[in-house]
Amino acid sequence: MTTESQTTSPSFISKLIKMTAHQRVLAFASLVILLVFFSITSPNFMQMSNMLAILQATSVNGVLAVAATLVIITGGIDLSVGTLMTFTAVVAGILLTNMNLPLPVGVLGAILAGAFCGFCSGSFVAKMKIPPFIATLGMMLILKGLSLVLSGARPIYFNNTEGYDAISRGSLIGEVLPFLPIPNGVLILFVVAGVASYVLSKTVLGRYCFGIGSNEEAVRLSGVNTDRWKIAIYAVAGGICGIAGILISSRLNSAQPALGLGYELEAIAAVVIGGTSLSGGRGTIIGTLIGALIVAVLTNGLRVLSVAQEWQTVITGIIIILAVYADMMRRQKSK
Amino acid sequence: MSLLVEMQGIEKRFPGVYCLKSVGFELRSGEVHALMGENGAGKSTLMKILSGVYHRDGGTVKVDGALVEFNGPKDAQDAGVGIIHQELSLMNDLTVAQNVFIGREPRSFLGIINEKKLNLQAQEIFQKMNFDLDPTTEVSQLTVAKQQMIEIAKALSYKSRILIMDEPTAALNDAEIAELFTIIQSLKSEGVGIIYISHKMDEIKRIADRVTVMRDGEYIDTVEAKDTPLSTIISMMVGREVKDESVDIPDLSDSPELLNVKHLNRGKAIQDVSFSLKKGEILGFAGLMGAGRTEVARAIFGADAFDSGEVWVNGELCNISTPSDAVAAGIGYLSEDRKHFGLALGMDVRANISMATLGRFTNSCGVLKEADMEKIANDYIEQLAIRTPSDTQEVGFLSGGNQQKVVIAKWLLRDCDILIFDEPTRGIDVGAKAEIYKLLEALAKQGRAIIVISSELPEVMRLSHRIAVMCQGKLTGILPGGKATTQEQIMALATQ
Repeated sequence: MTTESQTTSPSFISKLIKMTAHQRVLAFASLVILLVFFSITSPNFMQMSNMLAILQATSVNGVLAVAATLVIITGGIDLSVGTLMTFTAVVAGILLTNMNLPLPVGVLGAILAGAFCGFCSGSFVAKMKIPPFIATLGMMLILKGLSLVLSGARPIYFNNTEGYDAISRGSLIGEVLPFLPIPNGVLILFVVAGVASYVLSKTVLGRYCFGIGSNEEAVRLSGVNTDRWKIAIYAVAGGICGIAGILISSRLNSAQPALGLGYELEAIAAVVIGGTSLSGGRGTIIGTLIGALIVAVLTNGLRVLSVAQEWQTVITGIIIILAVYADMMRRQKSK
Repeated sequence: MSLLVEMQGIEKRFPGVYCLKSVGFELRSGEVHALMGENGAGKSTLMKILSGVYHRDGGTVKVDGALVEFNGPKDAQDAGVGIIHQELSLMNDLTVAQNVFIGREPRSFLGIINEKKLNLQAQEIFQKMNFDLDPTTEVSQLTVAKQQMIEIAKALSYKSRILIMDEPTAALNDAEIAELFTIIQSLKSEGVGIIYISHKMDEIKRIADRVTVMRDGEYIDTVEAKDTPLSTIISMMVGREVKDESVDIPDLSDSPELLNVKHLNRGKAIQDVSFSLKKGEILGFAGLMGAGRTEVARAIFGADAFDSGEVWVNGELCNISTPSDAVAAGIGYLSEDRKHFGLALGMDVRANISMATLGRFTNSCGVLKEADMEKIANDYIEQLAIRTPSDTQEVGFLSGGNQQKVVIAKWLLRDCDILIFDEPTRGIDVGAKAEIYKLLEALAKQGRAIIVISSELPEVMRLSHRIAVMCQGKLTGILPGGKATTQEQIMALATQ
């Protein structure tokens, strides 16, 4: 009799867990809970202007987090996404302001510069067999230094390029639907996320991303040139960082060479909260997007509640640990 | 003899393919009880329940006559159940003694580990069991057989009286197996009960007292080992008679040479190895562990670089330095270690089958054609009788034999002319073995050239049209296959 009751209870729990089987669901539920919590505690939170501010704040980190997701799914990590973003912004500044080239050249230049840096990181990892953590840590410092050197440690303003700030701050949606002035930066984030999500689930690149993260040696022994694909993945991630560079410099209407450090951690936090496994092989873009939104909502909501900046950081840290803990618990139980 | 373990009406359900339906099992003290069954029969699941890894969905477990409820491996350990897994779980950079007593190190009041006492305690166990082990050696320096001894010592140090051994001889050579069996005998005399899982039939006769057979998650029967002919046990396992067929050597005199390896060298591991392989031929590679057979295969496949030598495919000299070069030249390699080198366990059957051929399933933009992949995957699932609920099942949930079939499907899809099978039936049961033999023969008949590396002599002799024997990195001879060669002749070349 005793064994009967004891054996039925775990299957009930496991059923419950299956219902919330995905970290995405868990993350999405947390996002909703946060939104509800903040709108109850502060009347200013649910204002349209504040919602737009949250989305705007998500755009840059979200794009970086998408880049980080690709690399993390391969079982690697990219610590250079933050300073790479700054570097590409500086490149855009030099092309547009110092050299007075047309806008598309600046944008393309920034993205290509990002892809090239990613290509370098990828080569360090794949060809020189340097662990991703170290390779991209080095890259992070190199790019931080190069940004300062190239800009003479002074901000570059985009005063010569008309409409540069509209890339991020304008609103194409607002022109069609005046009551919904979602900034272009957010639109770009969703486009980038959508494309990345498609690439991950439907293309060879995505398949090898998961394959390499799941068992790189098995993929290599299937006759796949895993080195080349890894470099490609880092390069794509670098290009996406270039887009983030355009977004942030457009929002500030300037390339700030001192900015960037710390962004990589926020991006990785978003990825992890979104349920992508740091050991590779598992992860989704939609999860990352939700993760980025959680980070932004948290920062914004705590600010609206007048919680001190220092405590905001502490709370974000706790949330990361809780999120990953919840994910671990789920995985253990489902085994 | 008292009953150590009594399991009754055990039920276990999974979302995947495994399950147990009202299974019973008992173990007496001082007996070796073999648990037999094809892969997926439920042996491992049953043992995981006994060792507290899985929670059962129904039934009772008694240890020493008392009902027990294990909520984790620790509970089982405390009750005296020790398990030695097929894949050893040792920390390679720690010493032997540190491994045995991990988590239970003798320490002073400050928490400082008393290394001397640790080594002494380990030494005591080794002496009692007659193990030839130095407690201070790093585990990575030891052979697999010695490492296995550490696992046994570890289990005994927990005062385990019930020892589960899951294919303990899978990676051992004959001398090491003999050593293991001596240890098992002395454990028996101490009253330890041993549950022995193995796919090697001859071992059952040598070591087991009783045999319990399972099939498709159900209990079939328990018989006395010495009164029961092996053929009866096999037919209980597969549910039908399995005939022992012998190799039928085709006439290949007009067949063109597909592969020619000339003077291959790599350090001490491969020394001046030359051989050729014809279209439609199965060339067996026999030898002891560490003879260099896998190394030759990996070198030909480009997985490891070699120092000198030439690989000719179809009469052309090939410059193979990476696996992708080899695959482009039409060579496929099925590794001895499926889990590490053959499969992405976290991905589904479909993704694994198409892993080597993704280029064929993409349009010009690199977008995958899922529908085509699904169709091909299901074709192979049917053709090779892969037991899986669907092509989107994670490969990690399949049994060993079915995982191997997934790897084979991957290479068949790739249309390689030359296929290298490294231990194709390791960890695979009798029924699935016969299927895989048939498959290899069919592939040879279709005109593929096949290399089979195997540590099981009966397997090499059952399959090979010619038998290459290696010893310490050298190719010591190539013998004709079939009845023309005896096991003794092969062993003589393998132990030069």
